[in-house]
Amino acid sequence: MSWMVWTTPTAIFFSSIAAMLAGMTLWEILSPTVERKGFLPISTTRGDRLFIGLLSAAFIHLGFIGFTTFSIWIALALSAVWLLVLMRWG
Amino acid sequence: MNNNKVQNNRAWWLVLPMLILVAFSAIIPLMTVVNYSVQDVLGPHARFFTGTEWFQTMLNDSALQAAFLRQMIFSLTILAIQIPLGIGIALIMPKRGWQASAVLILITLPLLIPWNVVGSIWQIFTRGDIGLMGWGLRELGINYNITRNAGDAWATIILMDVWHWTPLVAMLCYSGLRSIPEAYYQAARIDRASKWAVFRYIQLPKLTNVLVIAVLLRFMHSFMIYAEPFVLTGGGPGSSTTFLSQSLATMAIGQQDLGPSAAFSLIYFLVILLVSWIFYTTIMHMQKDKNPQGGA
Repeated sequence: MSWMVWTTPTAIFFSSIAAMLAGMTLWEILSPTVERKGFLPISTTRGDRLFIGLLSAAFIHLGFIGFTTFSIWIALALSAVWLLVLMRWG
Repeated sequence: MNNNKVQNNRAWWLVLPMLILVAFSAIIPLMTVVNYSVQDVLGPHARFFTGTEWFQTMLNDSALQAAFLRQMIFSLTILAIQIPLGIGIALIMPKRGWQASAVLILITLPLLIPWNVVGSIWQIFTRGDIGLMGWGLRELGINYNITRNAGDAWATIILMDVWHWTPLVAMLCYSGLRSIPEAYYQAARIDRASKWAVFRYIQLPKLTNVLVIAVLLRFMHSFMIYAEPFVLTGGGPGSSTTFLSQSLATMAIGQQDLGPSAAFSLIYFLVILLVSWIFYTTIMHMQKDKNPQGGA
């Protein structure tokens, strides 16, 4: 594993992604998703909304890192809020 | 949708071998790239955590920003040419008999040529002293030189890509057109529909699925283009035809800057993912709106 040059932050990052995927699977088994239309222009399933949330989180982080001097934690907090909004009302 | 139907999902286990294969060929290497992107790895025992520094450098690098813009212009240009041209070629291709087979074989030939060979062919083809096109244009009095004029280099690369990849779009559309049942055309004839109406309301809607594949393939391919321009122009004159892959290769292999190139690859990957997703969702959504019964 040493060739993968792991660091604590990246390990935490991938564990959270894995946990999210596992959680989504469990949620799907307990109550299968229903495709619906929220404030997004397209109708989405739960998994679609998670994907949109994560992809936009990546770009929110890139935008903060590249073009502002704000801390990355603000980007993280913003992404988390955005993800929750998206999952609930998207 | 149909909640009282019991679904058996055991067939998903058959995907497992593929998943393991992808894990080794894509997911684990991608995780390693993520790990590299936040560190300065000097050797097996000397590495330093740099956090977001590489991402910041890459996003503000003016050479990379220029390469990104160039890449976008290139991909959109070739899509705007190849998709209509491919549909057009598919429409005029013979439908049956030996002519159909002959045209199919002729049209497939460019697809069989390896990327760097395509680059070499065009490099020789456009040379002013021995190349047919280069020599011909020079004899006509046109000052054509891909190593000196950025415009000529661009036009040649676009022409080369159109020559190499339009056949793929044409073949996909051809197969899409062949799968339209004859009854649609009969109905159109009874209504005395014009050629344009047949195209607009029968052929184009039935081509949507293959066009999604064509647009996605051509976008991803052209966005990652490397060997052809590298052999043809080497990214020049100056850096006027240096696209993203070539910038990345120079950084990762030429200069061994693994941290910055890892950060850059991730940004590159995210952009491809975003654009492909937007294309896919838009086209699939357009289709869903038209058939609310979910006929797609």
